[in-house]
Parts: sequence; C-alpha cells; structure tokens
Amino acid sequence: MADEITLEVARYRPELDTEPVLESYQVPLREHWAVLDGLTYIKDHLDGTLSFRWSCRMGICGSCGMTVNGDPQLTCATFLTDYAPGPIRVEPLRNFPVIRDLVVDISDFMEKLPNVRPWLIRDVDSPLEQGEYLQTPEELDEYKAFSMCINCMLCYSACPVYALEPQFIGPAAIALAQRYNLDSRDEGAEERREVLSSPEGIWACTFVGECSAACPKDVDPAAAIQRYKLTAATQAVKDLLLPRGARRGSR
Amino acid sequence: MSLYHRPVPLLWWLERRSYFVFVLRELSSVFVAWFVVYLLLLINAVSSGPTEYERFLDRSGHWWVVAINLIALGFVLLHAVTWFGLAPKAIVVQLRGRRVQPRLIAAAHYLLWLVLSAVIAWVILL
Repeated sequence: MADEITLEVARYRPELDTEPVLESYQVPLREHWAVLDGLTYIKDHLDGTLSFRWSCRMGICGSCGMTVNGDPQLTCATFLTDYAPGPIRVEPLRNFPVIRDLVVDISDFMEKLPNVRPWLIRDVDSPLEQGEYLQTPEELDEYKAFSMCINCMLCYSACPVYALEPQFIGPAAIALAQRYNLDSRDEGAEERREVLSSPEGIWACTFVGECSAACPKDVDPAAAIQRYKLTAATQAVKDLLLPRGARRGSR
Repeated sequence: MSLYHRPVPLLWWLERRSYFVFVLRELSSVFVAWFVVYLLLLINAVSSGPTEYERFLDRSGHWWVVAINLIALGFVLLHAVTWFGLAPKAIVVQLRGRRVQPRLIAAAHYLLWLVLSAVIAWVILL
C-alpha cells in the first residue's frame, strides 16, 4: 500500500476566489485515518488556512458532512483506504451556499426546522408530581428510527428536489416532524399538519430516495415522507366526509 | 460576506442512477396518460360499430403505433414497479402488535395486480 494519498480539496476564499478551486495535498495514507484526519493533517502541517467544520469525530455531532468523490458523507466515518490509490476529491456539501472552503451555510434549514414544531406538544401538561409520561418499548419503536437524525444535512445535499426547489422543507425536517407525530406522548400532529401538508412540505417530494441512501444513521427520511403523504391524504378525506368532532387522531 | 452558490448543472439528472430513474419515472406519467387516451379511443371505436372498430385495429397495427405502445408499456411497468416499491414505505400495518413486513405489503400489491389482470383478461377473452 502506498504511504500517501492525494486529497483534492475545494478551496473557496471569498476575498480571492469567485468560485471554488481544487487544490491538491499529499497526506499520509494510514489504515485508520478518515478523510477528516486527512483534512486535519493538512490544517496542522500543510496549510493552516483551510477551513472545515468538525467536532466529535465519531458520527454523532453531524458537523463534518462534505461531498467526497461526489457523494455526501460524514468525513469522520469515510476512510482514506476505501478510496486508495486516490485521488480523493473533497468538496463542500451540495445545495448549500458555501461560506468558505468546506464550510456551508445551513441557516435555511435552521429557519425551517422550528416550523414543523419538533418538540413534544401536549393539549394539557400533566402536573409534575404525576411523574414521567410513560411509554412501552413498542411505542418507542414507532418513532425511534426517526429520532436518530443528527442534522448532518447529508439528506439535503443528496436531494435534487431541494436543489431545484429550495423552498422545500426537506427530508430531515419532515422526518423530525414524524418523530414527534408518531410519539405516543405527543398531541401536536394537528399543529404540524398545515406546514407538512403544504406544497413546500411532503407534496414537493417526488421519492427519489437518495436522502435515505445518504443518511448515515438509517433514519430513512424518504419513508417518513411517504408515510405522512398517506396520513395527510387520509386526513383530507376524513375532513371531507366526517363531522368536525370525529376528525382528529390520525397519525 | 459573499457566499458561493453552486449552480445546478443542466445534466444533473445524469449524475446518479437514482436521479436518472427518478426523471424516467416522472416522464412515465406522460405514457400513462397516453394509455388512458388510447383506451378511450378504443372504447369510442367499439361503441361506434364494427367498421370503426376494424379501422381502429388497422391503425393500431401500424409499426409506429406498435412501437409507441411498446415504449409506453415499458414506462408504465417502470411506473407500476416503482410505485409498488414506494407502497411499503407509506403503508405501515400493525397486526397483533407487530409490524407487517414491508416485503409482504409489496407482495400483496403484486398479488392484487396479478388478480386484477387475470380478471380483466377473463372479461376480454371469454
């Protein structure tokens, strides 16, 4: 095995560049090194001006998402040896404005996320002395997969609908809304419905499925969206047919 | 702060197989619509008597009509198969406290497709 590998890193310095340019760096090819280790090596030893985000280095924080050889990846969980002999092209996540080098601006997601109210909503909060809201393991399983989202934005980067229609709420936000809609302790499905059922919500999704393929935590946002489409359609039919009092409660 | 916005390439749909299949599936709706129109033309011909029906059959025998219908069949099959692939994601059924396996939901769709096709074939052929 060669002892070095080439990283072609997209550099965008707004004070110098009008668009990103690729720069090549030779980094040690070590068995347990991820792409993120290669970038850290560049920053520490070759070019201290390289900018990128990272935090936990163990696939939990969702900070180090980048485009590696065209695919959205967590760079802490993407190993150099899998791309040997290289070169490996490292670019910022697609579909987001680039602030500098590999750092993207995710304000769009941060503004959309609260609109789906991703927190437990109760009609009436139980008094504290009654203790926790209890839940069976089966009820937990209903939403657990959707709760694994780490907001890494790989799904938005993989989604061509989001690229073409940036007003689309997007895979992670909808999966997180479903995480609460399917929680037995939650009573806020009705409050989330208007945003989720809007043209910018589930109906913008055309089931490409790349969000689920890109997700590093097996959240399957595509499934969350398709499932809610059925819920929304059923609810719309109920609204049409049933008297007002009998409409609630569809998940 | 000047941000860089990457333009969406014109041929973005050729970048990945899944994007390409997605565009083909969107396109397949046109062929689904074509089959609806073709069916309506057939019904119109049948209701207009034997001469009109013979004329419709003659027209349908042209090589280019056969070619269009074969291409349409391919697209409609793609439409149906991808639709059935989506169904188990949308439909979550609980039976005796357990979730029914997604492949069983898909299998039920294919079974229903087969049964309906057999019924239609029976009506037409007998």
